[in-house]
Amino acid sequence: MGLYMVKKLILSIPLLFVISFLTFILINLSPMDPAEVVLRAQEVPQITEELIAQTREALGLNKPFLNQYTDWLLACLQLDFGDSYVTGESVWSLIGPAFLNTLKLTLVSSAAIIVLSIVLGVNCALREGTLVDQSIRGMSFLLTALPSYWLASIMIWYFSVKLDLLPTSGMESYASYILPVTVISVGYIGIYFRNVRSSMLNQLNEDYVLYGRASGLSEKKITLHILRNSLQVAVSIFCMSIPIILGSTVVIENVFAWPGLGRLSVKSILSRDFPIIQAYVLILAVAFVLFNTVSDIINAALNPKLRKEF
Amino acid sequence: MRIVHNLSKDKLASLSLIIAVAIILVGICAPVFAPHDPNEVNMKLRYAGPSWEYLLGNDHLGRSVLSRLIYGIRPSMLWVLVALGISVGIGSVAGFIAGYFKGKADTVIMRLCDVMLSFPGYVMTLAVVGILGAGLTNIMIAFVVMKWAWFARVIRTSVMQYSEMDYVKFAQACGISHFKIITKHIIPVTLSDIAVIASGSMCSMILQISGLSFLGLGIQAPNAEWGMMLNEARGVMFTRPELMLAPGLAIVIVVSAFNFLADGLQVALDPQLRTSSKKLRTNEVEKSTYEYAGG
Repeated sequence: MGLYMVKKLILSIPLLFVISFLTFILINLSPMDPAEVVLRAQEVPQITEELIAQTREALGLNKPFLNQYTDWLLACLQLDFGDSYVTGESVWSLIGPAFLNTLKLTLVSSAAIIVLSIVLGVNCALREGTLVDQSIRGMSFLLTALPSYWLASIMIWYFSVKLDLLPTSGMESYASYILPVTVISVGYIGIYFRNVRSSMLNQLNEDYVLYGRASGLSEKKITLHILRNSLQVAVSIFCMSIPIILGSTVVIENVFAWPGLGRLSVKSILSRDFPIIQAYVLILAVAFVLFNTVSDIINAALNPKLRKEF
Repeated sequence: MRIVHNLSKDKLASLSLIIAVAIILVGICAPVFAPHDPNEVNMKLRYAGPSWEYLLGNDHLGRSVLSRLIYGIRPSMLWVLVALGISVGIGSVAGFIAGYFKGKADTVIMRLCDVMLSFPGYVMTLAVVGILGAGLTNIMIAFVVMKWAWFARVIRTSVMQYSEMDYVKFAQACGISHFKIITKHIIPVTLSDIAVIASGSMCSMILQISGLSFLGLGIQAPNAEWGMMLNEARGVMFTRPELMLAPGLAIVIVVSAFNFLADGLQVALDPQLRTSSKKLRTNEVEKSTYEYAGG
């Protein structure tokens, strides 16, 4: 098991390098010269050739390409993502707190998703084909088709404005979490609870369930056995869901004015603040790879069969 | 034609297909169906309620909501279809090369896919839009860049499974050219898998494109787009919440239609699924796993 873990972690290193490289060249794909972007962002009244040349020198854009990359990568490893083109603040001082806020939102949402998906999935599987099962499944189809920002707007309109129960935006109190977390969870629960349900149903037909019944085990105990086995599928999916939610809270954060990564990134896109966009992409892609690796390891810990691949 | 026959047995799926085709047709012939010019500003009719002349009322500039809804089909659905077509095309070529010829080409293509898929979907789109600038074309570029790898991987798995079959080996032994084997013997059987994942990812793409327009990163004013209409309606959400209704419902209907269609197609293309419920379940797991990983 220890060997497997080490191998998995080592295997993710080349991928991380490729990701960092891609993120780096992303900026060079821009149709605009970064130096010009900086000058425009700082609202320099007259942009002359000379000024652009000066800025290029200051930004280190005249160095050979690979040198630029290694400099950038070494700085990134020390959490120095450069300075914002617009405000001149260091990117980390902007993105760090934002990342934390998004992480909080993500973790609370994931917890809600995990609990509700398991509760719904298990209940539907045990009542397969009944009205409860079918209506919950029908609902889940509808919920995955709802645009999240539409649901968010409707909820703000109803709960915050009409009933005046919850705050419309920001993250001042615990009550601020309720609406965004609900909106984020709703779409994912629709997908994940079907996974839990399906894996439960697959287990129901296994021999050990029949054997358990034959030897007079109580239904409660059998259910617990099934649950333990069927959760394997769920665990890997949940592990992978965390980075996905982390990257897709963008719209929700903007609707609820949540001071997180999503809001920061959209703001930077509109003002063409490249270092922030770059840091945003890099941080989320690295988080994605790391979470995937961790989920592989957890899976292998739960299911020894998977370890044989290596 | 077996597919059409099977699909017609599934009422929900055929209804979804009819809805999808009807909406696409209305979108293509938008000038015929739209009662007014979608960009015609009429300040006298600001926030007017539904009337016989303006069936769904007017927005904050007095423009006809119905006409904007109809013209909105174009970016919200037709351009998404185009982006989908391109990414399926690229994905298929890569997937067929990797799955049929295997070897080095396979390794290279799959490593490339691994890298592309290690960026979460939404982040990749935002990154491309962030660098190239806001706008519909750039979102479509982002979609193609992001989705092709996904299709390539799924199509490769499907192709591999069929290229191992005896009839393909037999054709190879007879000396039939690879190109002919692929077009005559493999494409027809893999088409079903391609159709299922394509209609499934149509849903997520429609939701994403409207979400980006909602944020102001997509199509630019004054063009009509559903997400954008919702964004405009959001400004007056507290006084005129009814303006959020029509575009939101349009998205829900279209996405549900494609959702049900994807499910129906899966059963129609492989009727065994209907009888063996166990296989259907494993498929359901796989499908939803695709869905979420596709972002």
